[in-house]
This record gives sequence, C-alpha cells and structure tokens, in this order.
Amino acid sequence: MMLHTINKSPFERNALQSCLRLAKKGHAVLLIEDGVYGAFQGTAVAAQIAERMADMKFYVLQPDIDARGLGESPLIDGITPVDYGGFVDLVAEYEATQAWL
Amino acid sequence: MHEEDEFGESGVVKRFMYVNRKAPYGTIYALECLEMILIAAAFDQDVSVVFADDGVYQLKKGQDTKAVNMKNFSPTYRALDDYDVEKIYVEKESLEARGLSADDLVIPVEVVAAADLVEIMAAQDVVLSS
Amino acid sequence: MKFGILVNEGPFTHQASDTAYQFTKAALEKGHEIHRVFFYHDGVNNANKLSEPQSDDRNLVRLWSDLGKEHDLDLVVCVAAALRRGIKDEILAEGFHISGLGQLIESGIQADRLVVFGD
Repeated sequence: MMLHTINKSPFERNALQSCLRLAKKGHAVLLIEDGVYGAFQGTAVAAQIAERMADMKFYVLQPDIDARGLGESPLIDGITPVDYGGFVDLVAEYEATQAWL
Repeated sequence: MHEEDEFGESGVVKRFMYVNRKAPYGTIYALECLEMILIAAAFDQDVSVVFADDGVYQLKKGQDTKAVNMKNFSPTYRALDDYDVEKIYVEKESLEARGLSADDLVIPVEVVAAADLVEIMAAQDVVLSS
Repeated sequence: MKFGILVNEGPFTHQASDTAYQFTKAALEKGHEIHRVFFYHDGVNNANKLSEPQSDDRNLVRLWSDLGKEHDLDLVVCVAAALRRGIKDEILAEGFHISGLGQLIESGIQADRLVVFGD
C-alpha cells in the first residue's frame, strides 16, 4: 500500500487529479504545502476527493492549513488532519511513498 | 570499497520507479531526472520509468533547441536501452490529451492505460519524482 | 524505521526544504533513523554557507547543519547538480558533503522508506 503526497494547489496544477486517477484502492493521500487548498468543503474540487473517499484515506497537514489562514474552514468530511509526527507515522504505516510534484 | 561490495552483495533488489510528469526546457527537472535514471541504471535494481501528464513531452520527436541555446537532451533517452532500462511506460490518457501518439516519440515505449498504470505504480518499492 | 530523505528545492523559492526539515526532525523525535538526506536539483542550495537570510527569517542552511551535527546525519549534496550551481566544497556549511547520485540510489535500497520533497 502506498502513501501519496500532494503539495500543489488543485486550482493551479493537476497533481491531485493525476494522483486520484492513478492511485489504487486502499492507498492514502496526504495533502501538504499548497496541496492543502484541496482539503476544504465547498470548493470546485471537493467532489473529486469525495468520490474517492470510500476506497482511499485522505489526510491533510494541519501546520500548512494554519499557516495559510484556513484553520477555521471546514474540511471535507472524512479528511483527517495530522501534524509532522502524524506525517512520519503515515510514511511508516504505508510501504512506499510517492510525491506528486 | 567498490560498488559491488557495497550494494551488489547485499542481494537486495527493489522495484524503483522514476515518474516524469514535467515538460522539458521550461524547468530543469526533466534533464536532471534523466541524469538520475542513467546513474540508477548502474545499480542492479528493477527499474521502471513512467512518463505521464506533461512528462510525455520529454519524448517528443523533432526537438530543436538551437535558437533557445539549451542542450537538446532528447537523444539521450535512446541510451536507456543501452543501460538495460527496458520498462518504459507512457500513460495513454496523457498522450491522447495532448494530441500525441507513440509514433511521435523518440524511443519505443509501452503505452499503458491509466487503469493498468495504477497496478504498475502500486507494485513499486521506491518511487522517485522530480 | 530507517528513512531516506530527498530534498529537491533550495531554502527560498519553495517550501519543500522546510517540510523536509520538519519531517526529518519529527522522525528523529519519534526514534526513527535517518539513513541519509540527499540534496538534488536546487536543493543543493541548502548547503551554501554564504547564504544570509534576513534576521527575522529562519536560516535553513544552519538548521540542517545543526540537526546534522546533533544527530550525526549524512547530509549529501549531489555533485552534478552542485557544480552547475556553483556549490563547491569551499562554501559548504558544516556537516554537508558532496557526492554522487549513487548515494541517493543507495539510500533507496538501504532505507525502509524514501521520502521525496520537491516542487
């Protein structure tokens, strides 16, 4: 099983879309850096994540949310916030990591 | 200690995948990723190379960089075969979205649909991207 | 668990090196081992001791250097990427050293996980 990291805003680049197209059922996605802009309810990309929510796990790096002034914005249902320690735990939990740069 | 002692005798063979999703020239990533793959080929590992999204533009035939005065590194992809890098995959959907086909590429590749690439990617031990 | 870290960006254009640093620090705090931190592409600029950020900014060159000293980390700067960017032995911050791309592949082989940070 693989952990996919995405650090691009889905409104500027296609890393999230490509990852969702090419990641397998049972894999996990962690949104970091500008990738966190894809984690919130009510955006144009929320439905794309919701569509994979049943067969993949989604995480978002809280320090990057806080840095961007989005700490009060509601996350898409099912996305779990993690800190850097949680990021480490995810890398350890999944057998490989793929960065969608 | 030479490389054989350091790495070869450990007998570890991992599946390494190099994922190219960026176009050449606009940024340096394609060139330096190719340099990385050529070095990696010297290690006895199971190497795959993937071109998807704008990465497929790296393989476009007919690149002519004279007027931009940058090094045309597209012929170097032909060296992959000499280095026994044989698993070269191009995502079908990415090619088609850009109006390209396998005939437009500088090297023979295996064109794979996203659904098959999912399985190939999921089977890797180490994924390198830049 | 043993982690290999790849840093593909320098300290100022992109957040990648900051995230890699925070990840590495958190991994060490959790008792994991860092097999190697490999700096590639503009990531080689993380080793430039001539870099002088403004006084209210974090100094990533020093942070990597200090973390390396504290935990005896192997901080490797790619020779090919470094030379074309003017990063040479005489301007390396303490703890960094220049070596070949083979060191990255070796880290992929020997570490349990290789984590890539870039743009």
